[in-house]
Amino acid sequence: MYKQFDEILTRINDGKLWDFPGGVSPQGKKELSNTTDIDRLPLPKELYVTVKQHIGVEGHVEVEEGQQVLKGQLLTKSMNPFAVPVHAPTSGKIKSISPHVSAHPSGLPKLTITIEPDGLDKWTEMTPLSNYTELPKIKTVEAICSAGISGMGGAGFPTHIKASPKKDVEFLIINGVECEPYISSDDRLMREHAWQIRQGIDVLSHLLTPKKVIIAIEDNKPEAIKAMQVTCQEQDNYIVSPIPTKYPAGGEKQLIQVLTSREVPKQGLPVDVGVIMQNVGTCFAIADAVYTGKPLVERVVTLTGEALNAPRNVWALIGTPIEHLLKQADYQEKRQRNSKVIMGGPMMGFAVASEQVPVIKTTNCILVPADKELPEIGDEQPCIRCGACADACPASLLPQQLFWHSKAKELDKAQDYNLFDCIECGACAFVCPSEIPLVHYYRIAKSEIHNQELEKDQADKARERFEARKLRLVREQQEREEKHRKAAEARKQAMSSDKGDAKDKIAAALARAKAKKAAASDEAADASPEVTGKQDKVAAAVARAKAKREAAKQSTDSEATTDTAEQPVDKKDKVAAAVARAKAKREAAKQITDAEATTDTGEQPQDKKDKVAAAVARAKAKREAAKQSTAHQADATTNDMQQTDTDTSVQAEPTQPMSKQDKIAQAIAKAKAKRDAAKAQQQEQDEK
Amino acid sequence: MNFTRSSSPHHHIRRKTSEVMRMVIYAAVPGLMLQTWFFGWGAIVHLLLAVTTAVATEALFLELRKKDFEKAIKDFSAILTALLLAISIPPFAPWWISVLGTFFAIAIVKQLYGGLGFNLFNPAMAAYVMLLISFPVQMTNWTPPLELAQYSHGFVDAVYIIFTGFSAEGYSLAQLKTDIDGFTLATPLDSVKTELTMGKTLTESLQSSVFSDGLSIGWFWINCAYLLGGLVLIRTRVINWHIPGGMILGMLALSLIMYGVDSDVYSSPLFHLFNGGFMLGAFFIATDPVSASTTNRGRLIFGAGIGAWVYIIRTWGGYPDAIAFAVLVMNMAVPLIDYYTRPRTYGHYSEHKKSMKVAKSDKQP
Repeated sequence: MYKQFDEILTRINDGKLWDFPGGVSPQGKKELSNTTDIDRLPLPKELYVTVKQHIGVEGHVEVEEGQQVLKGQLLTKSMNPFAVPVHAPTSGKIKSISPHVSAHPSGLPKLTITIEPDGLDKWTEMTPLSNYTELPKIKTVEAICSAGISGMGGAGFPTHIKASPKKDVEFLIINGVECEPYISSDDRLMREHAWQIRQGIDVLSHLLTPKKVIIAIEDNKPEAIKAMQVTCQEQDNYIVSPIPTKYPAGGEKQLIQVLTSREVPKQGLPVDVGVIMQNVGTCFAIADAVYTGKPLVERVVTLTGEALNAPRNVWALIGTPIEHLLKQADYQEKRQRNSKVIMGGPMMGFAVASEQVPVIKTTNCILVPADKELPEIGDEQPCIRCGACADACPASLLPQQLFWHSKAKELDKAQDYNLFDCIECGACAFVCPSEIPLVHYYRIAKSEIHNQELEKDQADKARERFEARKLRLVREQQEREEKHRKAAEARKQAMSSDKGDAKDKIAAALARAKAKKAAASDEAADASPEVTGKQDKVAAAVARAKAKREAAKQSTDSEATTDTAEQPVDKKDKVAAAVARAKAKREAAKQITDAEATTDTGEQPQDKKDKVAAAVARAKAKREAAKQSTAHQADATTNDMQQTDTDTSVQAEPTQPMSKQDKIAQAIAKAKAKRDAAKAQQQEQDEK
Repeated sequence: MNFTRSSSPHHHIRRKTSEVMRMVIYAAVPGLMLQTWFFGWGAIVHLLLAVTTAVATEALFLELRKKDFEKAIKDFSAILTALLLAISIPPFAPWWISVLGTFFAIAIVKQLYGGLGFNLFNPAMAAYVMLLISFPVQMTNWTPPLELAQYSHGFVDAVYIIFTGFSAEGYSLAQLKTDIDGFTLATPLDSVKTELTMGKTLTESLQSSVFSDGLSIGWFWINCAYLLGGLVLIRTRVINWHIPGGMILGMLALSLIMYGVDSDVYSSPLFHLFNGGFMLGAFFIATDPVSASTTNRGRLIFGAGIGAWVYIIRTWGGYPDAIAFAVLVMNMAVPLIDYYTRPRTYGHYSEHKKSMKVAKSDKQP
C-alpha cells in the first residue's frame, strides 16, 4: 500500500520503521578503520583525473598538455545538462591527456588528464555563494553543477539534476546508512564534519523544499547518529532516524522502502514516490561548493582490510593512484597469495585492474583483504534449488530462475523474471551454498541483452537504409526507362511521322554545312594558311564538343545510378562546364559563319550527301552506344540488388566499360568530324 | 603489478552444500536412534547397506559421465538419500530391498536426470514407491515394537534376518511379528484401517495392543524425535518452515474437518500427525530442495498438497501410509506451482500504482 505522508511521519517519529524483504547480515568489520580520525596524505607523484566519473556524458577538455593549472581549476566543460566537470585536484602541470586504466571492473582505458603536482597546492580563485537563499535557486544549482558534484555514495548520478526535480518532494532522505561491510568513510565524515553535512542539507532543503528531511543512519554507528542529532537539533524539520543494520539497507530503493514503505516503480525514479535521496558525502561537497566555492577535488576514502598495516580513513585527492594509497596504508603483500585490491566494499565493490587505477568521485573504499579474510570463492557446484538466494533477495526476485535462464542464454525468459530489477547487491551469491557467482551471470546476461538490442538497432537501421536504396534504384531505373522510351518515341516521330520537319532539319543541316563551306572558302580566298588552320580547328572543336556532349549525356545517365553522391556531381559539373565551353565555341563559330554566309552561293550535292551520311552514321553510333550502356546498367542494377554490402565495388565496374564505350563513340565522332573537315577542305581546294 | 580480478560479491557465507546435507543427516539421528530402540537394529543394517550402495552407484555413474566423483560424493547428497530410504523401509526387509532401492534412487532417479539439482522426483521416495509396487510383501512386513514382541532380537539377529530371513535363533520374520499372545501384529495405521473396514468404530480399533492411550506405541515418539530434528533444521535455517508448515496445516485442516464430521469413522488429527512417517516426511523428505517448489508461497502450497494427499490416501486409498505417493504427486506439480507463485518484484505493483493514483487525486482538491 502507498502510505500517506502523515502516517509515515508518525511511524518515523515513533522509530517504528518498515522492512525490506530478504537481506543478509555479513560481518561489519567497520572497527578496522573507523577508530581514528580522517588522515591527510602527502601529495602523490602524479594524479590521474578521469574525464568522466559519473553517469551521464563527459565534458570537453579545456586544458592542454604542458599547461600549468591551479588547484580547483576547471579541466572540462560542457553545456550538456548531464555533464559534470572535473577539476584539477592540486596545482601543477598537465603532463598528458590520454587514455589511462580506469576505475571500472573492466579496467579499460578511459580519457584521463595526468597532472604532475608542483607541490604548492595553490588554489584557484573561488566564488562562494554565501547568500544563496537570496539568489534564484538556479544559481545554486549551477554552483553545484560547476563544482563537479555527482552522487558520492554509489552510482555517481549528477547531483544538480537531483537538486532540481520537476515533481514535488515530500521526503529528502540523507543516506548515511553505509550498509556495506568494512566501509566507514561516511561514518567518519558524520562524526567529524556533521556541521558541514548539515550545511549541505540546508542547501538541498532550500532547493527542494521537502516536507521532511530524514537522515538515515544504520544503528551500528551510534557516534555518527549522536553527532548528526546534535547538529540537527535546531532544525525542526530534520529528523535523524537510526535504521536496523541489515545489508543492503543503504540501497536507495531499500532505504526508501524501510523509511516510507513506498516502492520506486519499475523504471521510475525515487521522485516518482516523492523522495529525493542524497548521500552524506554529497551533502558535504555541496556545502563546500556553496559556502566556500570549492569544487569537488577530494573525498574520504576508507583504506581497510587485514593486508594493510595501517587501515584508516583518509582524504584522497580525486585522481590519486591506488599505489600511493597502498603505500600510505602500509600494504603487506605477503598476506595475499594473489594480490587483490577491491574498490568499494566486499559485496558490491570490484577488483581493480592495476595499482595505477585512480580514485574517482565514487570511490569510498579501498579494501585489501588478507587471504583468510575473504577467501577466494571455490568452484561452482550444481544448484540444489535450496532457495536461499530467493530468501536473501531484497528485490523479491527469483535468483535461481534468473541463474538458469542466464546460464542457458534464454535471455527473454531472464527478462521475464525481471532481470533488470536486480540491483546486483550480491546477497544471493553471498548465501549460495553451491558457491555460484550468481551476480556475475546476471551481469553477463544484462550486457548480452544490451548488445543484442544495440545490434538489433543497427540491423534495423541497415535494413531501412537497404530498403530505401532498393526503392530508389527501382524508381531510378523506371525513370531511366521512361526517359529512354520517350527519347526513342521522339526520335521515331522525328524520323517517320513528320517528314517535313525532317526535311527542315536536313535543310538546316545543309545550310549549316554550306555556311561552313562558304566561310572556309572565304577564308581560303584570303589565302593565308593560318586562317585555314583556324577554320579547321574551329570545325574540329565543334565536332569534339558535340562528341563530348554526347559522351557527357551518356555518362550522366550512367552515373545517375552510382551511390557515391559526390563523384557524379563532380563529373556532371565538369560535363556541364565542357558543354558550356563547347556551346560557347560553337556560338563563336556560328557568328563567324553567319557573318560570312551571306556571300555564299555555290553548292555541291555530293557534299550534302556526304554530310547527311555522316550525320546518320553518327546518330547510329550514338544509339548503339546508348543501347549498350543501358544493357550494362541493367546488369549492374540487378547485381546491386543481390549484393548490397559491396555496392560501391559493384557499382564501380559498370562505369568502366561505359566510359570505354564513351571513348569509342567519342573517337568515332572525332574521326568522322575530322574526315568531314578534311573532305570539306579538299572540296574547297578542288573548287579552287 | 597486476591484480587478481574477480566478480563481486567477494564475501561469502561459509555454509556449503555439503554442510547443509550433513546438518540434515545429523538432525535425523535422534529419530533414527528411537527407531532402533523401538524396532531393533534393522534400520541401522539397512542404513549401512544403503549408504554403501549409494556411494558406489554415485561413483560409478559419475565416472561414466566423466565427472569428478570425489567432490560429488563429498556433498553428502547421495548419503542423505540412502538414509531417507533406509529409515523408510521395514527394518527386517531383505538386504536386496535397500540395495535395489538405493541403486534405483541414485542411478535412475538422480543421475539419469543429470545428477544433483536436476532430478524431478525425490529419489528416496521414487525408489520407495518402486519397491512398494514391485515387492509389496517385503515392503509391508513391519515388525511390532520390541516391547510387544514375543521374541526379542539384537543386532546379530537383525543382520541374520536381513540376509537369510531367519534370526540367529532361527525364528522367521512371521514369528517375529507375533505378540506375546501369539497374534500377528500390524502397524497402527494398518490395524486402524483394517478394523474400520471391518465395521468397528475408531475407539474400538484403538483398543488394539499397538496403541496405548490412543497413541501408537513407538511411532508417537519416533515422530516426536523427527519433529524435534526438524525444528532444529528450521532454527538453523537449513530448511524453511513453509513446506513442513504447509504439510502439517494441510493434514490438520482435512483431518479436523473429517474428524468433526464423524469422529467414529475418521481418526483424530493427532493420530495422523504422529503416525507413520508423517514428521519424517514433513521435515526431511518433502523438504528436499531439488524436487520441491522454489518460491515461499509455492512451498506452502506444495506442503499443503502433500499433507492433503497423505490424508486422502490414508483414509480412502489402498495404502496405509502415503508419504511417498503424496510427495511424488506434488513433485509433478512443482513447475506449475512455481510458475504461478512468483513473488512480486520490488516496484512491480499494480495495486501500488492504483493507490498512488488515489493518493494523487486526494491531493488535488
